[in-house]
Amino acid sequence: MPRVAFTQNLQRHVPCPPCEVAGATVRESLEAAFTLYPKLRGYVLDEHGALRFHMAIFVNGEAITDRLTLGDPVATAAEIYVMQALSGG
Amino acid sequence: MADQLLVSTRKGLFSARRKGMGRWALEGVFFLGDNVSLAMQDRRDGAWYAALDHGHFGAKLHQSKDRGATWEELGVPAYPTPPEGHVEKDFMGREIPWRLIRFWCLAPGLASQPGLLWAGTLPGGLFRSEDSGATWQLVDSLWHMPERRKWMGGGADAPGIHSVCVDPRDGNRVAIAVSSGGVWITEDGGATWSAHTKGMRADYAPPELVEAPESQDPHRLVQCPAAPDHWWVQHHNGIFRSTDDAMTWTEIKDVKPSVFGFPVVVHPKDPLTAWFVPAIKDEQRIPAEGKVVVNRTRDGGRSFETLHKGLPQAWAYDLVYRHALDLDETGERLAFGSTTGSVWISENQGDDWLTLAEHLPPVHAVLFV
Repeated sequence: MPRVAFTQNLQRHVPCPPCEVAGATVRESLEAAFTLYPKLRGYVLDEHGALRFHMAIFVNGEAITDRLTLGDPVATAAEIYVMQALSGG
Repeated sequence: MADQLLVSTRKGLFSARRKGMGRWALEGVFFLGDNVSLAMQDRRDGAWYAALDHGHFGAKLHQSKDRGATWEELGVPAYPTPPEGHVEKDFMGREIPWRLIRFWCLAPGLASQPGLLWAGTLPGGLFRSEDSGATWQLVDSLWHMPERRKWMGGGADAPGIHSVCVDPRDGNRVAIAVSSGGVWITEDGGATWSAHTKGMRADYAPPELVEAPESQDPHRLVQCPAAPDHWWVQHHNGIFRSTDDAMTWTEIKDVKPSVFGFPVVVHPKDPLTAWFVPAIKDEQRIPAEGKVVVNRTRDGGRSFETLHKGLPQAWAYDLVYRHALDLDETGERLAFGSTTGSVWISENQGDDWLTLAEHLPPVHAVLFV
């Protein structure tokens, strides 16, 4: 199962330790994580479900390409990192 | 009289308390390290609200029912999904996102409207909540009003609603002010809106748009609670006053040291008395001659006193934003905070000032509670 880890800076606002989830895409994996941590959704995604402008997601070390619908595929053993983009300062 | 002050800053919500005659001190901080856009107290139930702007993680809203001992995160407004392929641009061609950027104003409804809150936001959406902020609904009529598309950023990249005045005579009558986009009033709880800018002018606009409602950049709009036909606006262009319930506005000219500024507060009982914090306009945005002063009129703008006792009068470059001047409910105590982290308090309507802080983070807003 893919493993999702969240930046330490998010833990100040919403406790969200790494979790293993079922999902074939970034979207499905995040949705599964949000069922564990419902408050987290608004911190990572905007009201339209897109990745927030100053956030970044890496899958096995590669930045995702679809920030809008989060359709990038993830393999069973994928490591998904949800991070802050440095663009936010 | 209010004995406590909340100071919303770039790095937390600071609390100060009165310690005796003319003595105030900081005593605590909430959300230390986080960007607090503004705070609001709902005087119907005493609840405090703090609007946060996390940058990376978006705008959030928190509520405290025990004066800051504990906070609960509430819902936030959501902008609608734009029509397929729709990219909205302001009239200068810059994209306006349909996304919550920031809370810029919170206001409670009347006592007869329990649970009703209004939120003005960037990029120009007005939202209402019927459940004390748990859930929010966009005021569609305003968002889809054709004139709204002519609003543009003023002080921020996107337009924003920074003032919401709920008429004390009728909770369905609500006025908003937009930087930059004019003054709009609904008489029917938000179903329809009309512009109320007659008499305002915008020197910075092209000649044919100088008097257009959408060109006006009111920096702050206030209504006198005890005399609600009386309104004041600190406008980008100067000071405007209305004595006929915002039907027409009169420009107040020749105010020294400057007619430019961001905040205005009006006395709760005396509509002729109002306070301003003047600054050099546009390119500089600093106090004139490096002197921090507050302007007070007691005669409806015919004359002003420039108050400075206790305020720095040399090498001071404090700028005071639109929500960073507050007056308590008695009209006696004033406080203001600056972008360089200073906060001053007066207990006698501005005649004398004491320094509360000089090294806080940049101050967005102050609020007596």
